[in-house]
Amino acid sequence: MKFQDFVCREALIANVTATTAREVVEQMITQLAAAGRVPKKSVADLVEAVMQREQKGSTGFGNGVAIPHVKQSEVKDLVGCVGRSAEGIDFNALDSQPVHLFFLLVSPKDKPAEHLKAMEKIFRSAQKEHWRRFLKQTDTEDGIWELLIEADEEALV
Amino acid sequence: MIRREVTILNRQGMHARPAMQIVEASNRFASDIRILKGALKVNAKSIMEVMTLEATQGTVLTLEADGQDEADAVEALARIVLEKFHED
Repeated sequence: MKFQDFVCREALIANVTATTAREVVEQMITQLAAAGRVPKKSVADLVEAVMQREQKGSTGFGNGVAIPHVKQSEVKDLVGCVGRSAEGIDFNALDSQPVHLFFLLVSPKDKPAEHLKAMEKIFRSAQKEHWRRFLKQTDTEDGIWELLIEADEEALV
Repeated sequence: MIRREVTILNRQGMHARPAMQIVEASNRFASDIRILKGALKVNAKSIMEVMTLEATQGTVLTLEADGQDEADAVEALARIVLEKFHED
């Protein structure tokens, strides 16, 4: 699966203004709602569900990357959002480091394979130190999108 | 070195929390532990790597451990998978 298949371009956030874990999740889900990819009335529930998932174990998997996510039965299509914080946010990460790159994923509960494919794409790309560094330095939404496309094209080689 | 095949049984597959169970269990052993899926081979002690397995329900994985506690390691990991990560 490619980033282009599930990341909502209109929901990218190059400069996350949030300073806490809950705020960044709120900001990203609100952005997805503004882009029409999740219902506006579901924003509060989705934020709550993502935060409950974080309670079971942080998705701050290290190297400044977090992948907050939720599976919902009401959601029809898998959708993702990418946010970048220059300052970094305390996300209770496994390596205790601040998180700069957020890949938020909302997945339909009845399509576990799709969820795993999107996860594979995110984790495989996030393993690459240079790619993470470029993404962390990118302060425009267009710049983020270009890096996502680059990761999609690299995967073809 | 010892190897053992296991099949992912739970409906949601090896998503993040199950993967963390594997990584945490692996880190309790001294042996080098790898998980193989076809030509793909990952370090079982790294969540970043384990999550690239894309192990859906029905996927056959090979657990491979090499070291003083290799037998216990493979046994422990296989049990986690076969107990469906305590899901379903």
